[in-house]
Amino acid sequence: MDRERRKALKTGGSIALLGLFASLGLAHPAFAGAAKKSIFEAKSLDELLDAMGVGLPENSDFIQLTAPEIAENGAFVPVTITSRLPRTEQITILVEKNPSTLTANFILPEGTEGFITTRIKMGQTDNVVVLVKADGKFYRASREVKVTLGGCG
Amino acid sequence: MANPMKIRATAKEGVTEVRILMTHEMETGRRKDEAGNLVPAWYITDVTVMHGQRTVLQGQFGTSVSKNPYLVFRFKGGKPGEKIAVKWLDNHGESRLDETEIVE
Repeated sequence: MDRERRKALKTGGSIALLGLFASLGLAHPAFAGAAKKSIFEAKSLDELLDAMGVGLPENSDFIQLTAPEIAENGAFVPVTITSRLPRTEQITILVEKNPSTLTANFILPEGTEGFITTRIKMGQTDNVVVLVKADGKFYRASREVKVTLGGCG
Repeated sequence: MANPMKIRATAKEGVTEVRILMTHEMETGRRKDEAGNLVPAWYITDVTVMHGQRTVLQGQFGTSVSKNPYLVFRFKGGKPGEKIAVKWLDNHGESRLDETEIVE
């Protein structure tokens, strides 16, 4: 009986701990610690890289970033990222001068291809930057998009 | 209750392509309404896509993903008839789960 009670306490304890971790953002696989909040608070590429705990990754020709040269409406800018880097595990999209730099972060489990299409908002003519994590290392690609009408209002 | 998503999953040559259109305002918190008051930020923060019991994509959004977020991605495997489930969560704690079957 005592053993049952101990087991129950143990299980309950670990569930509570898991909940605590989840609420602190510690359970997130991509960024350890409470970084999840701060990465979205970054106001520039440098701040974002700091929050992610990485240096400026090198450019890679294995990342293809497709975006329009001119976007008439900054509220809907289509972007497609194709990574041919082996073991691509994360794709991070950001817009350097947007009020909040980080747009979206995708975790690609094994078996998911290095490919994402989405639509983003851009406040002005700016660089769209993509960070790709492959085999534990970050790489980068960027492209300038001229914005006729800003979409961050 | 949030509006349903449109999801289409197509299997071709061993790869499943998933297209998702979510319905969400994605307010940045910087826009002003007609009276000049700031409209509070209201946006999707997390998206998870499952193929059966397996997570095939996890996304975290900031405020600069466009209104009614659109997403396309691909994963290896997936057969017609199998289930794809997409769940999102927003910064108000509201969530939405929709499912579809993979088609050929």
